[in-house]
Amino acid sequence: MSYLQQYFQSDRAGNSMLGALLAIAILVPILNLAVPESSVFHVSTYTVTLIGKYLTYALLALAVDLIWGYCGILSLGHGAFFALGGYVMGMYLMRQIGDRGVYGNPELPDFMVFLNWQELPWYWYGFDMFWFAALMVILVPGLLAFVFGWLAFRSRVTGVYLSIITQALTYALMLAFFRNEMGFGGNNGLTDFKDILGYSLQSDYTRAGLFAASALILVLAYLLCRNIVNSKLGRVVVAVRDSEDRTRFLGYRVEYYKLWLFVLSAVLAGIAGALYVPQVGIINPGEFSPLNSIELVIWVAIGGRGTLYGAIAGAILVNLSKTWFTGVLPEGWIFALGAMFVVVTLYLPRGLAGLITRKQAQT
Amino acid sequence: MDHCSAVQKTFSRIRYGSRLLLLLFGLVVAWTNANSVMAETTGFEQIVQSLTTSKFRDKEKAVRELAAVQDKRTMPVLQALLDARLYYRKADKRVVIVERVDGQFRMTDPVTAEELGTVPKRKIKKIGINNKLRKLLKSKLASLSLEGPDPSVRLSAIEQMQGQLDESQYLYIKKLLEQERDDDVRSAMVAALALYELDNGSADQRIKAIEVLSGNLAQVVSNRLQALLEQDDLEKEVRKAAIKALDRINERLKINSIIETTFFGLSLGSVLLLAAIGLAITFGVMGVINMAHGELIMIGAYTTYLVQSVMPNYTDLSLLVAIPAAFLVSAIFGILIERFIIRHLYGRPLETLLATFGVSLILQQLVRTVVSAQNVAVSNPSWMSGSIQINAALSLTYNRLFIFIFAMIVFVALLLILKKTALGLQVRAVSQNRSMAKAMGIRSDWVDAMTFGLGSGVAGIAGVALSQLTNVGPNMGQSYIIDSFMVVVFGGVGNLWGTFVGALSLGVANKFIEPFSGAVLAKILVLVFIIMFIQKYPRGLFPQKGRSAEN
Repeated sequence: MSYLQQYFQSDRAGNSMLGALLAIAILVPILNLAVPESSVFHVSTYTVTLIGKYLTYALLALAVDLIWGYCGILSLGHGAFFALGGYVMGMYLMRQIGDRGVYGNPELPDFMVFLNWQELPWYWYGFDMFWFAALMVILVPGLLAFVFGWLAFRSRVTGVYLSIITQALTYALMLAFFRNEMGFGGNNGLTDFKDILGYSLQSDYTRAGLFAASALILVLAYLLCRNIVNSKLGRVVVAVRDSEDRTRFLGYRVEYYKLWLFVLSAVLAGIAGALYVPQVGIINPGEFSPLNSIELVIWVAIGGRGTLYGAIAGAILVNLSKTWFTGVLPEGWIFALGAMFVVVTLYLPRGLAGLITRKQAQT
Repeated sequence: MDHCSAVQKTFSRIRYGSRLLLLLFGLVVAWTNANSVMAETTGFEQIVQSLTTSKFRDKEKAVRELAAVQDKRTMPVLQALLDARLYYRKADKRVVIVERVDGQFRMTDPVTAEELGTVPKRKIKKIGINNKLRKLLKSKLASLSLEGPDPSVRLSAIEQMQGQLDESQYLYIKKLLEQERDDDVRSAMVAALALYELDNGSADQRIKAIEVLSGNLAQVVSNRLQALLEQDDLEKEVRKAAIKALDRINERLKINSIIETTFFGLSLGSVLLLAAIGLAITFGVMGVINMAHGELIMIGAYTTYLVQSVMPNYTDLSLLVAIPAAFLVSAIFGILIERFIIRHLYGRPLETLLATFGVSLILQQLVRTVVSAQNVAVSNPSWMSGSIQINAALSLTYNRLFIFIFAMIVFVALLLILKKTALGLQVRAVSQNRSMAKAMGIRSDWVDAMTFGLGSGVAGIAGVALSQLTNVGPNMGQSYIIDSFMVVVFGGVGNLWGTFVGALSLGVANKFIEPFSGAVLAKILVLVFIIMFIQKYPRGLFPQKGRSAEN
């Protein structure tokens, strides 16, 4: 594991990535707001929102890399935590609409009026307050991950079994959220948001603000994750990945380490979802689809797992090419994505980051 | 014209046998047939034509004559006359049976059953009847069907009459009952008589009638009993008997619905079994996660579609051809996947999972690009449509029944292959201890390829079966992959019997939860149950026993 040791000592690639993130966090909003539209350096609001979306994806990829790259837990259901975070934020934004909905009901969101509901379901209480919603963004995914992980890791469900049941988890949640009776807008999900914390979501300033927030939170999350993997706890986690039984025989309570990391990762995914929803303006059950969760694993695989910065780079690169492909050659994207899965696993097991480290090792 | 259609009919009957002798024989038969049809037709046609008279007495005579002619075509004519669907063309006075279609009238010749096109109302005139004629028609129709030679016609006639007899019909059926030989018709007659007595008989007769009817599942019986109970001046004994009879009927209905749910559950279970059993081999025996398994099922379904479009005139046969074809095509795809991708990833199950997921995306998109993104229509052969009527409240459809039997056959065949053949022995050896098997001279990579081909081929066969039940489209595989994994993991990896029990029990459980919760929630509940189950028993229902450590 020489490449790991190298990064415990110095994280050059990571540091440059942090620099770049901070730079765009400041530069992009300025180029959007202060530079006139006629200028070459102007960044359109569309681009700001697009990159902002990528940044939330990057945060999600970071969360997956933390457990897959360092602890060997391949979750094929991390999209579920992302979507849950998104739904929590969506509920807050729904309540902010107030009486400006189509039906003009101050209490009930439009879809509930449409379904002839008379009062707000109990689990919607409190979401008109931002602090409560923010707390829930952390609590809801965290709690689900805690219960699920506690059961799974305690009974030593590992490897492919764990991957499959995480996939079943997100699949079950998707089916559940498709139901109108759940009270989350069914098929259509939550949309038509108006404003966040009193600022209109349509305004360029709010968009720039959300962008900067996404970039800063990504930077903070990266620092947090790096500190964790460099700590003593991080080393135990890597030991669990490389040989779970041996670590257990050495006296470590493997399941606690895994559980702790899993919950943290789920919380990060939830925060990513919460940042994603106000920027794209909609959340629907499609976000729970198993395909999404498995696609985000390939972002990490392409970037290079077990490096943290690789996950971020992978997420941004894959999504950039997705946007490009679906514009130029919509049919080709699925072929390209499929080919990426095959090529990366066969020929680039360490992803693009692996290429860089190999080059560094050679020089 | 009669000549032609009769010859055609005979020809179509023998189309499949192409021997010259048979053909000659057929020609002779056709000729004689056509002659006799012609001889009958003249008489029949004349009588039908005489219905156009305006005098009711002549019409009555014609009806009596028609009823006396032993002819299959009589009943439709009389029925049409009764339903005011018998007209004649103003132009040539030709009698026609009409059917109203979008304000126009579609005409059929009652004599030759030939379609005569559509006309507006003013071109035709209705053949009117009066009350006397109507009564005559009703009784003639009833006696024609009740005394006809075909027991199934008699049965449906009597079933239609149940609950609406008048006194003359009651006496008539009572007389007929003495000569009736067919058991089903007899019991239907008894029920019809009892229903009459229920309304018109003395208290004793009523109680007897109730006893006869108790346990009869026809809708009309329970309606009548219910109506009887609502009468205020009902004798105590009759009420008691009726309540008892209704209880018995409800009890039997409950048993029926349990049987029906179990059947639906087993049907779902057999679909799950077919989808999962290929996976049980590749995942269970080889420890390889093949996320493209669902797409191999889809390829099997598309092979069925292709085979059908190659031989469009032989739908009945094409399904039987499609089974080996789908096996081969999917097996070849499977072996290619194994040779080019999975082989390089043995011992890295998570990577195999990702790579085969990529393959599944590529295969889906390939189908979308080459065939179409829309679903394709796969037709059902005639021997798979229809259903068996077990009793008045319970019928089982043939396609589900056949697929259940088919799943059992596939399962037994696989079991035999794994237990009784040389390949099976080698597969089991490699799955238990790869290096030891190698040391004994087994070519493990050849065994891997064959096993994978076998598992994939079975997925293809599953595709053939599924094409008969669900839509065939590029996404169809995806919906089965999670279910299949759940079944294999629930049953216990590396154990075909586990998959068998797992699939059927999950199918049945799903269908029993459905009435209480709805289809989607039932599915969610089953998924949650399996997730919880795996936490408690990570190795499934029937864990493989062995001494090897986990990693």
